Amino acid sequence: MNDLEGLSEAAMQAISNAGSLAELNAARVDFLGKKGKITGLLKGLGKLPGEERPQAGARINEAKEKLQALINKQKQTLEDAALNARMAEERIDVTLPGRNSSLGGLHPITRTMERIEEFFIRVGYQVATGPEIEDDYHNFEALNIPAHHPARAMHDTFYVDENTVLRTHTSPVQIRTMEKQAPPIRIICPGRVYRCDSDLTHTPMFHQVEGLVVDKDISFADLKGTVDQFLKAFFEAELPVRFRPSYFPFTEPSAEVDIQCANCRGDGCRICSRTGWLEVMGCGMVHPNVFESCGVDTEAYTGFAFGMGVERLAMLRYGVTDLRMFFENDLRFVGQF
Amino acid sequence: MKFSESWLRETVQFDGDTEDLVARLTMAGLEVDGTEPAAAEFSGVVVAEITNIEAHPEAEKLNICLVDAGERGSLQVVCGAPNARAGLKVAFATVGACLPGGLKVDKANLRGADSFGMLCSAAELGLSEDDAGLLELAENAVAGVNLRECLALDDTIIEVDLTPNRGDCLSIMGLARETAALYKTTAAVDSCLPVKLLTEEVLSVHLSAPEACPRYAGRVVTGIDIRQPSPHWLQEKLRRSGIRSIDAVVDVTNYVMLELGQPMHAFDLDSIKGGIDVRFARPTESLTLLGGTEVDLDADSLVIADQAGALALAGVMGGEGSAVSSSTTNIFLESAHFNPLNIAGKARQYALHTDSSHRFERGVDPQLPVRAIERATELLLEFCGGQPGPTVVTEEQSVLPVRDHVLLRKAKLAQQLQLNTDDILVVDILGSLGIKVIESPADGWLCDIPSWRFDLTIEADLIEEIARMYGYDNLPVAAVNMPLEIEKNDEQVTSLIEIKRLMAARDYLEAITYSFVDEDLQKLVNPGYASVQLTNPISADMGVMRTSLITGLLLALKHNANRQQSRIRLFEVGQRFIAGESLIQEEMIAGVITGNRCNEGWTSADQAVDFYDIKGDIEALLAFTGAASNILFRVEDHPVLQPGQSLVITDNALNTIGYIGKLHPNIEKYLGLKQSVFIFELELDAIHTGQLPEFVEIARFPSVKRDIAVFVDEQVSYEELHNIVMRNSGDHLTDLKVFDVYEGKHVESNRKSIALSLTFQDNSRTLTDEEVKSSMDVVIAALESECSAQLRG
Repeated sequence: MNDLEGLSEAAMQAISNAGSLAELNAARVDFLGKKGKITGLLKGLGKLPGEERPQAGARINEAKEKLQALINKQKQTLEDAALNARMAEERIDVTLPGRNSSLGGLHPITRTMERIEEFFIRVGYQVATGPEIEDDYHNFEALNIPAHHPARAMHDTFYVDENTVLRTHTSPVQIRTMEKQAPPIRIICPGRVYRCDSDLTHTPMFHQVEGLVVDKDISFADLKGTVDQFLKAFFEAELPVRFRPSYFPFTEPSAEVDIQCANCRGDGCRICSRTGWLEVMGCGMVHPNVFESCGVDTEAYTGFAFGMGVERLAMLRYGVTDLRMFFENDLRFVGQF
Repeated sequence: MKFSESWLRETVQFDGDTEDLVARLTMAGLEVDGTEPAAAEFSGVVVAEITNIEAHPEAEKLNICLVDAGERGSLQVVCGAPNARAGLKVAFATVGACLPGGLKVDKANLRGADSFGMLCSAAELGLSEDDAGLLELAENAVAGVNLRECLALDDTIIEVDLTPNRGDCLSIMGLARETAALYKTTAAVDSCLPVKLLTEEVLSVHLSAPEACPRYAGRVVTGIDIRQPSPHWLQEKLRRSGIRSIDAVVDVTNYVMLELGQPMHAFDLDSIKGGIDVRFARPTESLTLLGGTEVDLDADSLVIADQAGALALAGVMGGEGSAVSSSTTNIFLESAHFNPLNIAGKARQYALHTDSSHRFERGVDPQLPVRAIERATELLLEFCGGQPGPTVVTEEQSVLPVRDHVLLRKAKLAQQLQLNTDDILVVDILGSLGIKVIESPADGWLCDIPSWRFDLTIEADLIEEIARMYGYDNLPVAAVNMPLEIEKNDEQVTSLIEIKRLMAARDYLEAITYSFVDEDLQKLVNPGYASVQLTNPISADMGVMRTSLITGLLLALKHNANRQQSRIRLFEVGQRFIAGESLIQEEMIAGVITGNRCNEGWTSADQAVDFYDIKGDIEALLAFTGAASNILFRVEDHPVLQPGQSLVITDNALNTIGYIGKLHPNIEKYLGLKQSVFIFELELDAIHTGQLPEFVEIARFPSVKRDIAVFVDEQVSYEELHNIVMRNSGDHLTDLKVFDVYEGKHVESNRKSIALSLTFQDNSRTLTDEEVKSSMDVVIAALESECSAQLRG
């Protein structure tokens, strides 16, 4: 049985010395393979006396098992080393920027308009749109602005012909909606509008979002609440909001809405022209003449409307200082939003 | 409108400083735009009288004056002003005075004569631009009195931005009424007594258009001395209201307009031939206006005419021929009521805007003309003398504006404002605004509207007045109550914002370009479409409405290219406008790309975008909305695209809905673009609706894939191969892909190699090799026979 011990010793040596999986396999075949040296010992069992065989067989198997375990362990060691070597090889600079990460983006006006719409859609308003080349009737007449009304001077209208204009506000969408839909009406109308004016604080095209609610028993209190909630939500701040009487031919009572200047918190600064307030919206109760031109019963229904300039809100929200940048489409500007 | 706070305070007394007044006016809807001091800062200037004047012995243009400065005694001052004379009351800057701009007055010696101070011109005090001579003060000014006190210079000019409905506030009297209501006090009513008549002379007036001019008050004043300027106090009031002093007569009419709100006009009586006729202009009639502009009058222009023709554009501007001049001695004063509808728009039409038209088109109190003419005469006699004749009022009572009584119902008031009003409060507010309650039925108040409130005609107007005086901020606040109803939502339609976000995710930045563009560029970019012209564009290069979004996008691309940007990817969504029998306004989506495919980086080679990049973007967009199956690509040239790199896109009914391709080199050159640009434009309505997904069983049996490569002529398109394969591949083909296209080395010239990958599958069993092979054989044979394809080895 010295053979077994000697072979085991040699096998252990060969296994431990194996520096690669191939060498390890060679060692395994050499000792434990079908024709392996230790396997060969089993074949020699037949020569032993019958009573010794079981014990000798057991010892050989025990040795085989031990060696197999050793092979497994060595295999694991070699595999680990190989893996580690490969991983070391594959080490990269993970601080380099990723691939194809470039992304476009929405225009700040779209972003702002979308946010505004979202607030109202969530509480049950529907989005309504209308034509940008509009007839005089829907842009003015039906909104209680007859020809030569001094309010027309406030609008600086672009004309296509005597009877056709580029809409000066989104209010004609109110009319078009009321013409085809009976109350209750809750709409929000975003869109482009045009006025013939171009300087530091005016562009000949800009955007408005208009809202209209018509139902039984709608009041000025509802209007105040709606506008107040919206502005606080839009600016994500508990800014004081104030309502000032104003004049729009299509609402009565009419109001202009100011928020406290977020820059100076009402102390007065350059942004708010030292008044402490920023004008952000116009609104009012729908004028009975407007209801009449749309066939809405003024005794049964009341309503309110509000409108806001999207550029103005976007400027305040994102700190944009020059209105004209919105339409230059400079990548360095649009890419910021 | 600008007004002097101290003038307002002369008319109405109230407890409140400037800041409080400004706040109350603003919160009552009379928005104050700004305030400024009436005079620049200066100190140490007093009234003095020149008591003696002698020529300076050493200086030709200088005088040595002795001035009486009251308590400060008699002082010597050297002065070079041409109007310095003994007896004149002047503004005297004493030693130590500080003038506007920080100038300090010191004792000086001018060519040997001591000067203890300085006599000032209006310009030196920042009161006007008049630097021709000394500011001449009124004779009754008291020597020694601080000039600021004497001229009431410690005053604030308040600019109020009046809304068009509040024409009644375009005067001190109107503002005083409003202020009185806000401070719960009353405004002083002037006690103007009729002047004593000194002549019987009158000028006949005929109203040929009484609906347009229902009341016309006129008065002749003879023998005036127009050389006398109007007094300084009046000029100061005009100045603080933003009106320049002209001469005493014009100053008086302007003053009365500012004070009462009634625009007036003074004619040179001697230039009027025959009587006055207020009529509409006659055909081909023209008029030379003050300032020399000649206008051709149209038939609905109201004029003041004499026998010879039009003298003035009624309510807007006087004529040059009948204007008061320095030689005028006899005048005819006009104070009329014009119907706002006949004046509105007239000034604008003739490119004019006057203080008079501004008031008349908003409505002037019809009760004012007589009161105004009396007030003007009173002032005129005081300044210029003259003999007034009787005021003749010509009117047509039946067409004078009548204020209908308006019923204000308690229930409506409560509903609109959600206010549980106290009846007394309502009546008080109405009263404070001059609205008389003439009947008080149980359900409300029947109101008589004052003649100056053109804006109060219906109940809602009165509700607004109550709200305004109560204070908008004091009114209750509520949240709208709405029923929760589930809305319809069309799943097949992809919303615009989702489409925009997809484009952004595909690395496009959204642009918003003007809807009006340059006509020439538009013709080049989108020929064959009639564009809508603007009659009054902001500039020539914004003269027509866009028929394509590409025009604006190319300009935006150029803007960026000129600013060192080489990789530009923009898209826009918006309306385009096509003129025609019926105007088309439709929503489009368009994009432009140029420069490298990927952002500059370490991972990618710098490869410029090509046709397939933009086509891929469109294919992705169509897949996203699900519209791909409704859309066809057609190989066709387009004027804006380079031939051979151009695809026209149609719907299933073959209506063109857009295009993709490479921008035509001619347009590139026209715009000075240096890189290839790829563009697309699509009708949004045609691409935003897709199919509702419908589940198809997933095949459980393995698929078989076969790749082939064929040589074909260069002109053979992939689409042809695709169609041949689809027609000939039998029922089991589930996928066809092209995975290589090659031209050049190892391929005959005029030929190209295309590699296709075909996938076969059956839902009920595994396909045999024989089945697949026989399908492939049919496909290959078809390719060979139909497009001379040659199988690659």
